[in-house]
Order: sequence, then C-alpha cells, then structure tokens
Amino acid sequence: MISFETLYAAAPALTAHAPVLMVAGPLIAACVAALSPTARTSWMISVTGSMFAAWMALAITGEVARHGAVDYYIGGFAPPLGIAFYIDGLGAMMALLVSSAGVMASIYSGHSLAAEVRAEKHTHVQAAFLLCQAGLLGLVSTGDAFNAFVFLEVSSIGAYALVAIGEKRDRRALPAAFNYLIMGTIGATLYVIGIGFLYAATGTLNMADLSARLATLGDSSVVQAGFAFIVVGLGIKAAMFPLHGWLPGAYSFGPSLIVIFLAATATKTSIYLMARFIFDVFPDGAAFGRNFIAWVLAPLAATAAIVCSIQATFEREIRRILAFSSVAQVGLILLGLSLATILGASAGLFYLMAHALMKMTLFMAVGGLAISLPARRLDDFAGVARDAPWSATAFAAGALSLAGAPLTLGFLAKWRLLEAALNAGQIWIAATVAIASLLTLLYVGRMLEAIFFRSAPAGAPRAVEAPVGVLAPVLVLAGLNIWFGLDASLPEQLAGAGAKALLAGAP
Amino acid sequence: MSFILLHFNYVAVAILMMAGLFVVVSSSNLIKRMIGLAIFQTSTGLLYISLGKVSSGTAAITVDAASPEKQALANHLDPAYVAQYGVAGVVYSNPLPHVLILTAIVVGVATLAVGLAIAVRVREAFGSVEADEIEVLSRLESAQAGSQA
Repeated sequence: MISFETLYAAAPALTAHAPVLMVAGPLIAACVAALSPTARTSWMISVTGSMFAAWMALAITGEVARHGAVDYYIGGFAPPLGIAFYIDGLGAMMALLVSSAGVMASIYSGHSLAAEVRAEKHTHVQAAFLLCQAGLLGLVSTGDAFNAFVFLEVSSIGAYALVAIGEKRDRRALPAAFNYLIMGTIGATLYVIGIGFLYAATGTLNMADLSARLATLGDSSVVQAGFAFIVVGLGIKAAMFPLHGWLPGAYSFGPSLIVIFLAATATKTSIYLMARFIFDVFPDGAAFGRNFIAWVLAPLAATAAIVCSIQATFEREIRRILAFSSVAQVGLILLGLSLATILGASAGLFYLMAHALMKMTLFMAVGGLAISLPARRLDDFAGVARDAPWSATAFAAGALSLAGAPLTLGFLAKWRLLEAALNAGQIWIAATVAIASLLTLLYVGRMLEAIFFRSAPAGAPRAVEAPVGVLAPVLVLAGLNIWFGLDASLPEQLAGAGAKALLAGAP
Repeated sequence: MSFILLHFNYVAVAILMMAGLFVVVSSSNLIKRMIGLAIFQTSTGLLYISLGKVSSGTAAITVDAASPEKQALANHLDPAYVAQYGVAGVVYSNPLPHVLILTAIVVGVATLAVGLAIAVRVREAFGSVEADEIEVLSRLESAQAGSQA
C-alpha cells in the first residue's frame, strides 16, 4: 500500500536548496555526460543525475505535503525583481512525474540506445536527454513567466536534437525533427509574445504578482491578446488538437529513449503551464477565460478525443497508433481540466499521471521489441507474444490500462473523469469520454490481436526477448499500471493536492 | 492614421512577425524556413525592446549626480515630459526587456543552429532541402515498407 503518508515518510529532509538542486543536478550531469569518455560512463552519469533529481523531487513533495508550497528565491533576490521558484501541490506532482519518468527512461536507455544510435554519439545523446529533463523540471518549478519560456526551450532544443538522432534507424526522423523544431519554436515564440503583452500591461513577470495585478485590470484588450498568444503557443507545445501536427512524426521516428520520455512528460508539462495560466495567473472570473474554456478548450479537446482515436484505429504503424492515441488522450486530460471544478481538475490531473504511466509502458515495450525486430508496421509484430512473452505481457498491461479495462489504472482514471463530468452536470463531456473509451478499445484490440492472436507469416524476421536492462523498467511500469489500478491512493492524493493548488477557492 | 503613427513600433513588429511566419508556412526550402523563423523570433525582440523604451530615456547606467554628463542627459528631456511627470535629473529606459531579449536571442541562436544542423543532415540523407521532394521520398519509403511483408 503506497500512500502519500508512506511516500513522505520516505522523503528525505528538504535541504534549503532542493528546488534549485533538482534542476541544477541534471544540468550539471549533462555537462559531465557530454565530456565523459565512453558510452557506458555517460549512461551511468545519466542515471545518477536523474536519480538525484528524483530524490530532490521526493524531498520537495514531502515538504509541500507537510508545510505547503515551497518558495525559493534564486540568488536570494526576492520577487518580483528576482526570479523565484514556486512549487505547490501541482508543481510537486509534476516534478515527481517528470523526474521518475527520467529515472525510468535513463535506466532503459542503457541497452536500447545501443541498438538505435552509433556508440560514439551516446555521450551527446545522454547530455541532450539530461538537458531536456532539466528544462522540464525547471518549467514545473519556476514561478516566473519568462523563466518558464527559457526552460521550455532548453527542454525543447534537447528534444529536437534527440528526435533527429533517430536517423540511424530511419532517415525520416530528420524531416520529423525539423518539423517538430519549426512548430515548437513557433509555439514558444507565440508564448513569449503573450508574455510581452502581459508585461506591457502589468510590468511584472512573476506569476503570483501577475495574477494579483491582472485581477485589477479586468477585460483589458492587451491582456486578452496576451491570453490568446499564450494559449495558442502552449497549445502547440501541448499538442492540443488541431495543433498536434508535429507529434506523430516525432514519436514515430525518435529513438525509444526520447520517445518514452516525451510521451510521458513533454506534452504534460505544457498542459501544466497552460492550466497554470488559465486558472492561476488569469483572473478566475474573467469572461474571456470562461468563454475560452467553454467554447474553445472543451470542444477542441472533445474533438481530439474522438477524431484522433478514430485516426489511431486506421494507422498501420504501431508507434503512429500510439502517437495519435496520445493526442486523443491529451484531449481527455484537457476535458477534465475544462470542467474547472476541483473534482474535474483532479480527474484531469489523475488522468495525466495515468496516461504518462501507460504510454511510457507501451512505448517502452515497443522499443524493447524493436531492438531485435526493427519494424514499424503493426503487421510485422504479428505473433510477437510467442517470441517475447514478457515484453508482450507488459505491452498488454499498458494497452489494457489505456483501454480502461477494470483493475487497471486506466479504468480508474476514466471512471474519475466520467464521475467529475456528471457531477458538474456536463452530460456531453461524459458522453465524449465514454465514446472515446470505446474507440480506444478498437485500436487497442487491433494491437493486442496482432501481437497475441495472430501468427507470424513464415519466413518473417522473428523478435527476441528484450535484454534484462530493458525488460526490468518495462515490467516495473507494467506492474505499476496494475498496482495503482488496485490501490490508487498515491496518484489520487497527488492529483487532489494538485487540483486544490490549481483551483484555490473554486467549488 | 495618428493611431498607426503613435504605435508605429507595434506596426513594425506585426509586419515583421507576419512576414516571418509567412515565409515559414509558404516556402518549401528548409533553409528559407529557418530564415523565416529567425525573422519571426527577431520581431519579438523588437516588441520587447520597444516596450521598454522611455522617450529621451538613456541606457540604465547610473551617472554621478554631480557630473556634467548628468546635466547633459537631463537637458535632452522634453520640457513637456518633465512638467507632466515631475522628473528631476535623468530618465532611464527600462533595462529589464533588454535583458529578457538577450536571453531570448541566445535561445533563438541555439534553435537556429540546431535547425540548420538538421537541415544539413536532411540534405546528406535525402539529397535535397526541398520539403516537398523529401515528402515524396518519405512517402515512397512508407509505401515500400508496406509492400515488403
């Protein structure tokens, strides 16, 4: 029984500098990894750096649970002039998610990279991966709007390079990475323009300060323009339908290391930042905020959940199926948040964590199989369960969770979402969640049917079970999908604390 | 008309921004796309810097109150402005946007470098930097992967 209490009983005491150490750790490790002599040492540095960040994130989570939000002034300069880190229940939840995904991905990368990237490049891959991780951790802990942009770009630039490195396996990784770079940079630049408008209207960049000053400005058109730029910019980064064009390419051609990490964290952190802006920074009662949620966010999220689930059903490459499913699931997360109630937000955040876990399991299992079977199409994976039973079982656990089979985390997540939608009286949202779940069943069924119940055509290349270093993290994650399905107190409490932090004062 | 003249810096920003975005969207050459992206990013720099400019304000380096420079700088100020805001001495432009944009420029340069590096690799792998030719080659590859099995 893992609960919040056992978690923060295990949490180390918070050192005064934990928030900044959590970001600086992977950042320093990135420099060391880039200079390290062999692929092996860079892998060890990467694992150490990620574990250090996770340790700090755990310390912060414990501290936030015990004493409330953590404030940290960089260099001792107090905000609004200085840059502050501000980690509340939501930030702590995200930091824990990102850093534990980082640990899993880095352990996994020890074997998976060898098959996908030339050995002399490993040191640089690990460095870019650590940079990406440091950027995302900084993004979820900063309390400064402009600082968030810098961290967003630190993580994104690492991610662009990492997707491009997939070219050894498939040269189509290069145009995919280029496309990702163009879209990502446009998104980040739109976000900066929005921040510029807010700065022009308020003269501050600190989020708490911005929130206080925006509340007095009312429906100023400068603020509204800033809101629009920020939401669209972050929407691109979060792969919000219809701005998700970069995602399928990046997820299908990148090396497994980065794909599992991105699938678990990248879009999620942008959703986090968007939620932070919509609910925290911009005044709660503002008409433009409410209209946006009701007429743009919720309908687009619902469309994503339906359309991209259908699209996933018709895709032929396994990773593309999972990628389109990610866009659909982002829609479901946003649907939860768009309810703007404590129940809805905590359901959305719960779904966010659940989706991170199940997508990570799925991409990891596929990546593990792809070490011996460099195939993309679902048909090439026919009958894999006979050759690689453990990987296939882990895949099945993740897939069942994704489809929302009872006794898995995915079931609880969908259930919470339905409950929250009905509770808020939004029947159409509940209906969308139900329909999207049924559609999920279709493509999950297709994948499981191919892997388990079809036999490989004669003479086709056969898969070999993934090496232990790859299999271990996959099985741990697959186990967690089931474990949390039976006892969800940990993610539930994290999501609840996050929702309360996000919607202080909402019903 | 006077509205446009009063906000000419924003007009310039909007034109640059749209020009950059247009190049990114419309051209198929990867290098041209990167150029468009760079213009798009530069327009943000202009937006921020022009926000921070105070008319007749000088760079934010404190001058000695007794020095002749201070007198010279103070003399640059518009008397109407001095009367309206009651300033005594030197007016400084807001330095914060400059610092922010310095950071954003660094980010922009890094993105440009990564983007161009990827474009170089695209050229090595596909023999072209035209997005539509690459698209055709990629599609061909997807189709071949399908027919093999």
